[in-house]
Amino acid sequence: MQLDEFFVTGEPLIYAGMVAITLVTGAIIFLLTYFKKWKWLWREWLTTVDHKKIGIMYILSALAMLFRAGTDALMMRTQLAFPDMNFLNAQHYNEIFTTHGTIMIFFMAMPFLIGLMNIVVPLQIGARDFAFPYVNALSFWSFFFGAMLFNVSFVIGGAPDAGWTSYTPLAGDVMSPDPGQNFYLLALQLSGIGTLATGINLMVTILKMRAPGMTMFKMPIFTWSTFITSFIIVFAFPILTVALALMTIDRIFGSHFFTLAGEGLPMMWANLFWMWGHPEVYIVILPAFGIFSEVIATFAKKQLFGYTVMVWSIIIIAGLSFLVWVHHFFTMGAGAFVNSIFSVTTMAIAVPTGVKIFNWLATLYKSRIRTTTAMMWALAFIPSFTIGGITGVMLGMAAADYQFHNSYFLIAHFHYVLIAGTVFGCFAGLVYWYPKMFGHKLNERIGKWSFWLFVIGFHITFLPQYFLGLDGMPRRVFHIVPEWLPLNPISTVGAFSMGLGFAVFVYNIYYSYRHSEREQTGDSWDGRTLEWATPTPVPEYNFAVVPHVTSHDAYWNMKQKGETVYDESKVEPIHMPNSTGQPFIMSAIMFFACFALVFEWIWLAVAGLIGTIVMMIIRSFDYNKGHHIDADEIKRTERSARGL
Amino acid sequence: MRHRLKHLNKWVAFMLIGLTLLLSGCSELTVLDPKGPVAESQRDLILYALIFMLGIVVVVFTLFTIMVVKYRDKPNRKAEYKPDLHGNRKLETIWTIIPVMIVTALSIPTISTIFDLEKPPEPSAEQGPLVIHATAADWKWFFSYPEQGIETVNYLHIPTDRAIEFRLSSADSMQALWIPALGGQKYNMAGMHTTLYLQADEPGVYQGRNSNFNGEGFAEQTFKVHAENSSDFQDWVESTQNTAPELTQDQYDALLEPGIVDTMAFSSTHLEWVDHGTKEGMDYSIERHRAEFAEQLHLENGENHEHGPSEKEGGQ
Repeated sequence: MQLDEFFVTGEPLIYAGMVAITLVTGAIIFLLTYFKKWKWLWREWLTTVDHKKIGIMYILSALAMLFRAGTDALMMRTQLAFPDMNFLNAQHYNEIFTTHGTIMIFFMAMPFLIGLMNIVVPLQIGARDFAFPYVNALSFWSFFFGAMLFNVSFVIGGAPDAGWTSYTPLAGDVMSPDPGQNFYLLALQLSGIGTLATGINLMVTILKMRAPGMTMFKMPIFTWSTFITSFIIVFAFPILTVALALMTIDRIFGSHFFTLAGEGLPMMWANLFWMWGHPEVYIVILPAFGIFSEVIATFAKKQLFGYTVMVWSIIIIAGLSFLVWVHHFFTMGAGAFVNSIFSVTTMAIAVPTGVKIFNWLATLYKSRIRTTTAMMWALAFIPSFTIGGITGVMLGMAAADYQFHNSYFLIAHFHYVLIAGTVFGCFAGLVYWYPKMFGHKLNERIGKWSFWLFVIGFHITFLPQYFLGLDGMPRRVFHIVPEWLPLNPISTVGAFSMGLGFAVFVYNIYYSYRHSEREQTGDSWDGRTLEWATPTPVPEYNFAVVPHVTSHDAYWNMKQKGETVYDESKVEPIHMPNSTGQPFIMSAIMFFACFALVFEWIWLAVAGLIGTIVMMIIRSFDYNKGHHIDADEIKRTERSARGL
Repeated sequence: MRHRLKHLNKWVAFMLIGLTLLLSGCSELTVLDPKGPVAESQRDLILYALIFMLGIVVVVFTLFTIMVVKYRDKPNRKAEYKPDLHGNRKLETIWTIIPVMIVTALSIPTISTIFDLEKPPEPSAEQGPLVIHATAADWKWFFSYPEQGIETVNYLHIPTDRAIEFRLSSADSMQALWIPALGGQKYNMAGMHTTLYLQADEPGVYQGRNSNFNGEGFAEQTFKVHAENSSDFQDWVESTQNTAPELTQDQYDALLEPGIVDTMAFSSTHLEWVDHGTKEGMDYSIERHRAEFAEQLHLENGENHEHGPSEKEGGQ
């Protein structure tokens, strides 16, 4: 293979990307060396199994991915506002919308939420770590290397260009012979290992490691939503794993699962993809619902209205999420009867979702609302998501969907639910739990600037797209007809406002790091759940004494009774897992194997596979039993953190 | 309080004016301005749903505004504060039943419309539907009229007031036939047939396209639909039969090569030797053009726009 086939050539924008990557990598290496931080990086981060640090790494990666995929979005919007400028040609546009969608779902939304779950869930249930801390580290690193594999594609080998849904036969080896599609398949496969393992890990953690007294119906609502999400992950992700594997075998070893030749079944891909894909949208929305519930209850200073109904509606949504996948292809001609059934199941999801909206509104009733930045993200969610939800019901009406399908109406709908739901949720959660993570709050004034820029920009971007869709504008076109022109530049203006809002958000992280007051107590917001009972910064072991729980607002009730979770007479040595470099190394080897397979260098891939198996064997004979933190050290830590 | 109410009135008036403007603007949107019975039934369904949706929006937005304005924590606030209000079975039952009723009210017309769309539209029942095979191939359209023995590329003529039965299939990637002014889309897939009924009531020229992403030339895969009364249509058929050349298999195979082509017309159809909607025909194109599928067009905006200005029709 020639070097110019290996690297992508001929595109000025991609050359700029290469230069940027080289500069940033160089700068990171220089800074780490200059400040002698390599050892610190290895000891404190790369080998950690601490759920809080892993959560922070998840969130930082997700923010980086939000930047990358957001840049993709702005490039698309620029092209559509000025179609005559020829900023992007057809091929480049196709690559960009493919990577935008794939990265936003797999490498932004999911890791952001999983990062928050990592940090918050053990703290909310009074646990000291995940059930399987080693697996948790492995999950993170396989996600991280999967994301890296996907992101190198645009400079090495070429980015995938068949859409984030990668429908066959378009994505098959005849119509997409370049390595781009292999990057898609293997990067998702690699990061999917991490997601599936996290699902199992969270499920076990929540089932087995809750503090005494915390029965299922006393769990905080975010933990409930995480628990249900883990079930969806465990049931849905294997479908994706199998589908990706089948397409990989098709492309690399010439089988005929999804091909046109050999009487393959190309439409089976669409079925398998959405049997995973629809539950997937609930994987990214249910945790956000959990975050909003926590944030609204805290800043309304009031118990969540209808806790039991809220939990049951999550469970019902999760169940229904597996029964609606056909609505992604009503137009495939499955017949009137099938379409009718899936229309009804789809619209039925509106019932539990509607109940949740009204319960949130009822939580605000007779409350005392503090309009902090976190609360504003949560409040903005309610009306924005309602618009997304009702247009979702309209899309669920199969007969009408024939007109909405593949149009900007659909684009507007899913951005309304994914941004107003997931992204607002991620921002609300990050701002809310930020002091728990970093020991200081984000600046409120700058936070509100970023909030307004982002939220107003969001509506300016996506509201016009409903009308574009009704005017017959299909998705994924790189130029437009004059009738669609006035609304497209408006949409672009909104997109840049969102970009600005994100930039201000990131600046706020830097500003607050420099200037924010350090937290004195662990309870930054007058919180209701157990994570606020720990001191800030949270010690490695989380809870010196495991608390006893009597209600779902456990810490709120403790505060009412004047109790704390810390009782020095009950401090005992705590058993903690040791740090290990194995997850990092194993994931790096898998990255190597996948990279080799992308270019179909079979023997190198086999070598990588053997390396992975060797790492598994090493782990199997690993009798490392962890270490104990002795009681005196715990008392010292707690006293200084609690100012006793 | 009265002051606030007055304020509210102004807002309601403002919203009503806005809504009227919005709806009058909407009637110009293609999907909401149907030119045939299929698109009309879909438009009616959309507007029917929209009434319910606007109702939900009004209720949620009003409640939301009241809660946020009234219960904000500020000095001298008079509103009640009840931190332990944990739920209300009766209320929660009410707001479970209401969405169930709305979903039921939406389901019934949806299902009946879904079944209707699988049949040719009513008005033309005495005259059987006109059968047109619409075959999509990267990035062009073949329209075969088997009864008339003619075939067009990248443009379509149809008679008004008569149902058209499109038999959809694809020579390669998955695509979708969408003529928003006449009705919703369905997929074209290799190795199978899907059936789509459409009908035009008003003569005119409408935009049609492939709406399902299928690679580099996707944005250019459009065509014009010329709907004309039955005698004009008959004239067009006869002149095509008489003046257009016959389509040979070699020429058809060459046309299947991935790329963008002009409008064309022929006095025979490709169905004589291949039907891509069958298992036997599904790999016909990729067997012949495997190498060409790997090539790039390097397509930029401004090239190959807009198919089918009418003066270019009628042969090569």
